[in-house]
Amino acid sequence: MSDLAISVRGLTKVFGGRRVVDGFDMDVPKGAIYGFLGPNGSGKTTTIRMMCGLLTPEAGDGTCLGFDILRQSQEIKGRVGYMTQRFSLYEDLTIRENLDFIGRMYRMKDRGARVDRALVDLGLAERAGQLAGSLSGGWKQRLSLAACMLHEPELLMLDEPTAGVDPKARRDFWDEIRRLSARGVTVLVSTHYMDEAVQCDFIAYIAYGRKLISGTPKDIPRLVGLQTWVVEAGEVGTLEAALKADPDVAQVARFGAMLHVSGTDEARLEAVRQRHPGQWQKLDGGLEEAFIWLMSGAQDNFAGPAARGGA
Amino acid sequence: MTLSLARLWAVLVKEFIQMRRDKVTFVMMIGLPIMQLIIFGFAINSDPRHLPTLVEMADTGPLTRAVLEGMRTSDYFEFQGVVTSPAAGDRALRDGSANFVVVIPKGFERDVMRGLRPALLLSADASDPSASGAAVAALGGIVDQAVADTLAGPLAQKAASPAPVQVTIHKEYNPEGRTSTNIVPGLLAIIMSMTMVMITAVAIVRESERGTMEALIATPVRPAEVMVGKIAPYILVGYVQTAVFLLAALWVFRVPFLGSWWAFFAGFNLFIVANLALGFLISTLSRNQMQAMQLSFFSLMPSILLSGFMFPFAGMPPWAQAIGSAIPATHFLRLTRKVMLKGAGIADVTQDMAGIAAIMAVIVAAALLRYRQTLD
Repeated sequence: MSDLAISVRGLTKVFGGRRVVDGFDMDVPKGAIYGFLGPNGSGKTTTIRMMCGLLTPEAGDGTCLGFDILRQSQEIKGRVGYMTQRFSLYEDLTIRENLDFIGRMYRMKDRGARVDRALVDLGLAERAGQLAGSLSGGWKQRLSLAACMLHEPELLMLDEPTAGVDPKARRDFWDEIRRLSARGVTVLVSTHYMDEAVQCDFIAYIAYGRKLISGTPKDIPRLVGLQTWVVEAGEVGTLEAALKADPDVAQVARFGAMLHVSGTDEARLEAVRQRHPGQWQKLDGGLEEAFIWLMSGAQDNFAGPAARGGA
Repeated sequence: MTLSLARLWAVLVKEFIQMRRDKVTFVMMIGLPIMQLIIFGFAINSDPRHLPTLVEMADTGPLTRAVLEGMRTSDYFEFQGVVTSPAAGDRALRDGSANFVVVIPKGFERDVMRGLRPALLLSADASDPSASGAAVAALGGIVDQAVADTLAGPLAQKAASPAPVQVTIHKEYNPEGRTSTNIVPGLLAIIMSMTMVMITAVAIVRESERGTMEALIATPVRPAEVMVGKIAPYILVGYVQTAVFLLAALWVFRVPFLGSWWAFFAGFNLFIVANLALGFLISTLSRNQMQAMQLSFFSLMPSILLSGFMFPFAGMPPWAQAIGSAIPATHFLRLTRKVMLKGAGIADVTQDMAGIAAIMAVIVAAALLRYRQTLD
């Protein structure tokens, strides 16, 4: 078990009679970047909170960094960096005061030096006296990451860290995450962005509190059993409507002037290509299509009791 | 620019939906007027009757019985019993168990017959002039009437003027009958109830409303460290408020401070902690700072109206007194008045301290119960 940062079995959390997380299993190897995907309200945040000891699961058990998630949350908290979905530093404290406060929470001995180093790394050394609330979204994100890295955790849990951040800041953020991963830090990150998902070593897809599928980004489309072709056409709108009406097409997604056409059966897709002439090209990967397919499928699968509970 | 009735209607409907969803505001809107109606309509009585009275009897006879019976039927005085020494009477006035002590002097009956015009003494707790005023004013007439009735027939000539019995009134603790002397010590209880509860409730709710609580409890910090660390600064605020209050009370309003500083110090520390606990409880019931403010305000209303701060406690019906006794301000207010105006020591205020402590225990238990639930 020593090569696993997280290993949980059958995690279950009930809020108001609703199973928000239901029988969740997961193994995260040390040093990996593990992506958490799933629609809003699928239980990603709740799962993360259970794994770092903020919530007590109704059922299930497991370890995080070798510590029991039910009984040793104090040990886990000291070794995990958790970045919440919302900006959760004090807006009415300065950047330095915020970092210093976090340092005190972890009882760091060389607090001053670490805060100084973090400020220099962030490029915020000159603005250390500025109120955290006055920072832009991208800077707040970087500051939050710096704050939860201050105690040099072995495991980072990032809950939608790049939501609402511009593409440049998002890319910088991921460069930083890869650097940390290269240093041996395990990263568990939830996201909605496919370009972020492909950067993960492993992905788990969650819907309605259950893990539907997990694997490497390469494996996922194969596991889902979906093939995708790209077609370009002059009259994209007409072709899109025609393909959507075709019973052999599972899913059509529009990307600018191109259409991504997916199906589960190779022979039937071949027939589709014959019926609708155009420039067809096989798409490698097709991760996003696989997830859109999973999302629409999951809603159907769970249209029973689970979906009626809201989400 | 055309005004659309349909749009106006849509805004109006939306407003009602939001009003209905915000339960705390809804309760405030319905609950506050009802509470005020009940309190002002039924509980408050600015002409209080049935004030607890003790008798120190050094003589007895038909005249004494007539005077006491006259006082009883006037409804102002309600006799609680007999005291055997002046010291016992003083103690009862100081600890608030009696508002009046009537002293029938030795040889009272005989002196009246001899035409010596003996003095009937009424010691009144005048620290609250509005509570004692009406009864004191009525006493002269009551005594004259009782004496006239008793000295009828062959003794009628004794009843001739000047009045055969003198009535002497000792206004204890506030001889000038100044309202500020009574209001100012009580004000400390109200000021602290208002600010301590609200500041604490809002400070705790702010942490969860802004999302900073989640990051905070993700660190190895213990819940007790968070709670004590957040509440302790406001104890200091309470000290500053009390210091400012005392300076103003002593130097601006010239309110005496006759009692024990230790009794006062112990009492206000207990009261601060009780208020902080109440603020903590309110924070566990509120989802946002607005609700915390509203609930704090809601809790302040009875503190002002039913504690004996604005209106005499003795004048309220038993059910209102029962509610009033469940408010920490009621007990602290008594404690402050006793210590400042009546010269009470720590032994005289143990009952009030016990009252605050009992209420605090209930509040803390309720708050901890709520806190456990909201943590998960």
